[in-house]
Amino acid sequence: MNQAVENALPELVELRIPSRAEWVALARLAAATVANRLHFSIEEIEDVKLAVAEACTAVIQQEGHGEFILLTCEALDDSLRVRVRDSGRHGVHAAEQRGMNFEEARIAGLGIFLIRTLMDEVSYDVHPQHGTDLLMVKRLGGY
Amino acid sequence: MDIKVNVREAPGDCYVVDLSGEIDVYTSPKVKDAIGNLIDRGVYHLVINLEKVRYIDSTGLGVLIGGLKRVREHGGSVNLVCTNPQIKKIFDITGLVKIFGIFDSEDAAMKALV
Repeated sequence: MNQAVENALPELVELRIPSRAEWVALARLAAATVANRLHFSIEEIEDVKLAVAEACTAVIQQEGHGEFILLTCEALDDSLRVRVRDSGRHGVHAAEQRGMNFEEARIAGLGIFLIRTLMDEVSYDVHPQHGTDLLMVKRLGGY
Repeated sequence: MDIKVNVREAPGDCYVVDLSGEIDVYTSPKVKDAIGNLIDRGVYHLVINLEKVRYIDSTGLGVLIGGLKRVREHGGSVNLVCTNPQIKKIFDITGLVKIFGIFDSEDAAMKALV
């Protein structure tokens, strides 16, 4: 790793975007930029981009989601920690609870499956009144 | 960020949908409309060319799955052209390689249409 970057770690980048589809591209670009500073491979950066986008998309597709999504990317020595938080009143399981048809639920499930597959650690807390807090970790050379 | 969609008729009662750009929650409705319009017109054999697609997420996959489901109800098929390794990887890990015909060239995808 570049010495200047290494000395500067950990670094924290926060981005607050409106909970609308047109802003998801900015969230994944921000996460990719931080991943790039950690010298992840191109493939790993693409994994991070997709996982972040899926997390934001899951928020946007929920009924009752909040007005904004807060993305936090923390560059550590050996990993990237990404948090995606929303201010809505439903959690990541809301899709399953709000009467989606089978096809819609299956596609929503695909997003969660991708997040779990592409990232090394995934966990979340669901607060019925305060939204969802999703934490994802991608380790350098984590495969 | 944008998606460009171009629809063209091809030999053999088939249409090709050329996609270029990024397919995500914002752009996928445009792709869904293009594919849906073709199916509404009675086109049930499609080649969807993803060679110039740089990014696809689950909403994009959902649009492709939805299109495939609709054409299959009419005995049709959807074949994909995809050479981008990252996008191929998404089809691979989601198991969609078993559902779609995925080809390296448009010619091969056309020839393999049912």
